[in-house]
Amino acid sequence: MLYIKCPHCGMRPQTEFSYGGDATVKRPELNKEISDHEWDNFVYNRKSLRGKHLELWQHISGCRQWIKVERDTATHEIFKTFKADEDVA
Amino acid sequence: MQKYSIFNLVKNAFSGHQNWDLAWKDPTPKKEYEVVIIGGGGHGLATAYYLAKEHNITNVAIIEKGWIGGGNVGRNTTIIRSNYMHDDNGLFSEFGMDLWRKMSQDLNYNVMFSPRGIINLAHSDAQMNVYARRGNSMRLNGIDAELLNREQVKEIIPMADFSENVRFPIFGGLMQPSAGTARHDAVAWGYARQADSMGVDIIQNCEVTGFDINNGKINGVRTSRGDIKVKKIGLCVAGSTNILAEKLNMTLPIETHLLQACVSEPVKPVLDRVVTFGAGHFYISQSDKGEMVMGGDLDGYNSYAQRGNLPTLQHVLTEGIAMMPFLSKLKMLRTWGGIMDMSMDGSPIIDKTHIDGLYLNCGWCYGGFKATPASGWTFAHTIAQDRVHKLNAGYSLNRFNTGHLLDEKGLGTKTWIS
Repeated sequence: MLYIKCPHCGMRPQTEFSYGGDATVKRPELNKEISDHEWDNFVYNRKSLRGKHLELWQHISGCRQWIKVERDTATHEIFKTFKADEDVA
Repeated sequence: MQKYSIFNLVKNAFSGHQNWDLAWKDPTPKKEYEVVIIGGGGHGLATAYYLAKEHNITNVAIIEKGWIGGGNVGRNTTIIRSNYMHDDNGLFSEFGMDLWRKMSQDLNYNVMFSPRGIINLAHSDAQMNVYARRGNSMRLNGIDAELLNREQVKEIIPMADFSENVRFPIFGGLMQPSAGTARHDAVAWGYARQADSMGVDIIQNCEVTGFDINNGKINGVRTSRGDIKVKKIGLCVAGSTNILAEKLNMTLPIETHLLQACVSEPVKPVLDRVVTFGAGHFYISQSDKGEMVMGGDLDGYNSYAQRGNLPTLQHVLTEGIAMMPFLSKLKMLRTWGGIMDMSMDGSPIIDKTHIDGLYLNCGWCYGGFKATPASGWTFAHTIAQDRVHKLNAGYSLNRFNTGHLLDEKGLGTKTWIS
C-alpha cells in the first residue's frame, strides 16, 4: 500500500486516490499554429522516467482535488506532494 | 546439437544424466556482429532464431542485462490466443497460432502447448452483442470463434457462479476453442537452445550503456562488456524500452507499468479452459501442477519495480471470487510482478525507426507472451529485409502521427486504466 500525503487532507492510503499520469506534459498553447510533432508529443509520447517522476493524482475518495506527486518509479518512494497549481521547485 | 528424443533420454539415463550438453553456451562478446538484438526475452530469442532459420543470418548476438527467462517471458500467465476483432491484430495473432501449433517439433523442445480454449464471459445483453460482433470478425479472418449461451457456458465451467441474484450474472460467452496455454520457460529455453545451435551468441549479464550513431546510421552499441560494431540493432526490451529510448534521444508512445500475476496452492483438476471475467479484468487457468494461475489489472501508476502492491491484487481477486466463489477457499502460493511496455492504443509496434539500422519491437501491453513466435518472425523479417512484412505493417510507429490507431478496446491513451 502506498501512502500519499494529500496537501489538503494529510496522509491517506493509495486506495483513496486515482492516478492521472505524467504531470510534466503541457498542452500546446491555444490559438497557436503547432506542428503534428508537437501535438504527438502532447497526446502520445511519454518519457516514462525510471526514478523521480512527477505525476498527477486525484484524491477521488477524499477532497476530490487534483494534486502533484513526486515519486520514484523504481522504488515507489514518495518524496513530496504539491497542490495542482503549486510550482514544483 | 544433441537432439532431445526418447533414445537420447534412455542413453543418458545410463550415465545418470551427467553428460547432457549445455542448452546454450556462455560466449564472450565478439568485436563485431551483423545484427545485435537487445533483450534476451521471448521476443528477442525468437527474433534471433528466425533470423538464422528464415534469413540465414547467424552472425547475431543477443545482449541481455539479466538472465534468460528472468523477465516477462517467465512472469506471464502463459495464455495464447488470437481472439481479436481488428484485422491487423487478428491476422498477426492467427499467424502466431500456427507457429505455436508446430513449435514443439520445430524447436525439438516440448513447450507443452495446450489448446484448451479460452472463454470470455459476458454479463449483459449488450456484451453478448459485442462478443457476437467480435466473433464474426474473427471468423471472417479464419479464426475459430463460438458464441455460447448461459447453458452452454454452465456445461463447460459449472464451478462458476450461476446463481440468480449475483451482481454480474453470466449471460454467455465468446469461446476461441483453439486458444490455450504453453509452458513459458520452455519457450524461452527452446528458442535459446536452437538459436545458439545455429551460431547466435547469447550474452547474459551484459547491459547496454549507449549507442554509436553516425550521420543517422547505427554504427555500434556500447555495453558493460565492451563496445560492439554492428550495422543493425533490434530493440526488444519490453518494459525497459523507454530507458533505451532516452539514450537514443527518442520519446515513444509507450509508458512502463506494473502488472501482477499469482498462483494458488495446487488443487485437483477443476478447470480445463482459460476463462476471463467480463465485468472487470480477471483471467484464470489451471496449470499442469494444479495451481490456479490468475492475473488482471495493472497496478495503475508508472513503475519499473517488478513487484506489486496488495490493493490491486485484492481488487483483482475480488473479481475472481465473484466469478468463481470456490477460489476464496484457496491459499495463495506465489505472487509476482513484471513491467509492461503499455502503448497508447493497446497494440504493439514492430517497425523501422528514423535511425538507419535501428529496429523497434515494443508496446506489447498485456499480450506479449502469446505473440512471441509471430513477433520474432515478423521482426526478423523487418530486420533482415529492412522493410516491414505485411503482417506487421499495421504495427507502425508513425500510426500515432497519421491517426491509424489500432485501439482494440477503444480505451485511448490512459494506459494505466485498461
